Amino acid sequence: MNKEHFQENCYVSGHTACAGCGQSMAVRIVINAAGENTIASNATGCLEVFSSKAPESAFGVPWIHSLFENSAAVASGVETALVHQGKKENINIIAQAGDGGTADIGLQALSGMLERGHDILFVCYDNEAYMNTGIQRSGSTPFNASTTTSPAGKQSTGNPRPKKPMVEICAAHHIPYSATSSVANPKDIEIKVKKALKIKGPKYLQIHVPCPLGWRIDSSQTIEVAKLAVNTGLYPLVEYEYGRLTKTRKISSPKPVSEYLKTQGRFRHLLKDQEALAAVQKVADKNIDYYGLK
Amino acid sequence: MKKFLEGSFAMAQAAKLCRPGVIAAYPITPQTHIVENLAQFIADGKLDAKSVNVESEHSAASCVLGSQAAGVRSFTCSSSQGLILMSEVLFCIAGMRLPVMLVCANRALSAPINIWNDQQDSIAVRDAGWMQFYAENNQEAVDLIIASHKIAENSKVMLPAMVCVDGFILTHGMEVVDIPDQKDVDNFLPSYNPPYKLDPENPMSFGLLGTPDVYQETRYAIQKTLEDVLGMVPKVGKEYKDKFGRDSLRLVEEYKTSDAETVLVAMGSVCGTIKDIVDTEREKGKKIGLLKIVSYRPFPKEAIIKALKPAKNIGVVDKDISLGSDGALYSEINSLLPSDKKVSGFVAGLGGRDIKPTTVKEIIELTEKEQNSCKFVDLNKDILWEKFKTI
Amino acid sequence: MFSILAAKPKSSQRNKTGSWRSTKMPRFNGKECINCGLCKFICPEGCIVGKEKNQYSVDFDYCKGCGLCAYICPKNDIEMVENKQEENKEK
Repeated sequence: MNKEHFQENCYVSGHTACAGCGQSMAVRIVINAAGENTIASNATGCLEVFSSKAPESAFGVPWIHSLFENSAAVASGVETALVHQGKKENINIIAQAGDGGTADIGLQALSGMLERGHDILFVCYDNEAYMNTGIQRSGSTPFNASTTTSPAGKQSTGNPRPKKPMVEICAAHHIPYSATSSVANPKDIEIKVKKALKIKGPKYLQIHVPCPLGWRIDSSQTIEVAKLAVNTGLYPLVEYEYGRLTKTRKISSPKPVSEYLKTQGRFRHLLKDQEALAAVQKVADKNIDYYGLK
Repeated sequence: MKKFLEGSFAMAQAAKLCRPGVIAAYPITPQTHIVENLAQFIADGKLDAKSVNVESEHSAASCVLGSQAAGVRSFTCSSSQGLILMSEVLFCIAGMRLPVMLVCANRALSAPINIWNDQQDSIAVRDAGWMQFYAENNQEAVDLIIASHKIAENSKVMLPAMVCVDGFILTHGMEVVDIPDQKDVDNFLPSYNPPYKLDPENPMSFGLLGTPDVYQETRYAIQKTLEDVLGMVPKVGKEYKDKFGRDSLRLVEEYKTSDAETVLVAMGSVCGTIKDIVDTEREKGKKIGLLKIVSYRPFPKEAIIKALKPAKNIGVVDKDISLGSDGALYSEINSLLPSDKKVSGFVAGLGGRDIKPTTVKEIIELTEKEQNSCKFVDLNKDILWEKFKTI
Repeated sequence: MFSILAAKPKSSQRNKTGSWRSTKMPRFNGKECINCGLCKFICPEGCIVGKEKNQYSVDFDYCKGCGLCAYICPKNDIEMVENKQEENKEK
């Protein structure tokens, strides 16, 4: 391991994520920001599969995966064990999951972790569908997105429901910190992880991570597309502290949502459908108003 | 020290004597008294452990998976639906080679919902890779909890152990129980020092993706380890007996089988009832015996074959049923024995139906008379044919 | 018998994912670099190294050729060029 990049990173090359994977980009920023004195638990999903095929691991920090829905519960056990041993003060604990492992099947365990007050940062890598199993709709799939289980068709404009408001659901537990971030602004991820880890107690960070395969974009567009999500108002970057909205990233002149939608295959069916397009614009307008983004 | 105690209190005492660092459990009848007692020990400063009030059994098992992986001895207990909700995690705990301790207060499974005892819950997770030891009484439950830790945490084993105790019958029953001294338990059971754990000093990754290249070998390794455990049980059992005077940890107990023509085979508290009947029938001159299975996983095939060698008629009592097939214990016993033996299987005591002395006598009579594979005893035909015709 | 499926830290380095690269590969021109470090910071592979101006380079043993370093470079000093196997071996 004489190569410099293996020494510098706590999550390293050789993993099998697709080229341009937003999640892989975000994971490295998160784990590097947390540093070596970190233990990570992981839900089943893309990240787990592409980082830990036996007998290899891309992680340079102690890492554990067991199941899909229990990342928060496993992390709760790890944290409790460290508290019992008197070692918790020096070690960060991060529970990681995709949006399915967070908003759907993992929601109960996450809520329990937040409610019990464990000193854990839960990171949701939000690529807005079940990508590992082949792009099926999750509770975090955006309105009118076409997925393999919410396909667009003659009778359908895609997913009929808006995204589950996870950052608010977590904030409603009145935890010290609940925030969104995005690979649109990679430094923002690092800043928020470092900020969160300075706070004792349960923290939630949801990072928008485009999936080239699932969103049908080029691998070089991951950041560009994420930027459009932020700049249209479709992915607001916000921070809640103890249940109150304390910070938002302003977008002085929001772009029309069509700018965002037209970049991606999962929204292509909307471009000729003015009504469906207008409905997505409404989602962005509502976000801009609700969070005061302007 | 011998005390007159409720089973759950005695089992909680046994768990406490093993000094777990993390306890995570979710309440379910009839397991609740165990976890309540442990919580009180912690609240009173009598047990230096952290209790996690999880939001489900799935998280209870996941939490102890995490804490055990972080290098701390961990305890959980459950029952019935709770155990089944845990089942996904139970397979993981064994597959990840984490020696978690679980007490299962055996209870029937829904539907219909039923809080009373049978052994369907633990039988349903018999394939998970856990050791399973069944207690006849509360003394055995206490002893098995302490003794099985030692096998589970052996660095050559590193597999979880489940001590199965009949719900209500044991958990809520009052008996005289000898609770060992802490000093002796500390002497018997060293502190938990795992060969691997989550540790920033040695940042290993656990719970990897096992492709077809490696998966089968992981299962083979568990199977081989459990076979090795068959050899360890008598050794650790003897060590326990030398220290505490009781040989509760054993593969099987042979009760008057050496000259018996008819032998019943059973697990758990029903063995107490059967022993009484064996004694009274022997007074009448009938050569009856009992083979009690203590270690159901690993399954002690050789010990069973040896114990059943003299018997002509064998009746296996299951408090469970693999619906569409037979009782689980019957299937496994029957597969071990030569075809000239008369082996019968009986399903009894489901959902808290008492297995009375008369039921045991009926089973003995049937075992001697004819061969049955899945005979339900003590059925109320009125209920079957009249009351269920309401639609 | 005892065996556990566990992995040593950073053992994924055995996977030379550079073989995945198909059409394009990044070329670091090393002329306009302002040492912002963004290319290294965002690389989904984590296979870019460098600490000084115009000294950044990519480890082609692992680079999958996604093109994100070229996208993020504020000086357009990284270009995506045709993937050549010979050049891969050099680095």
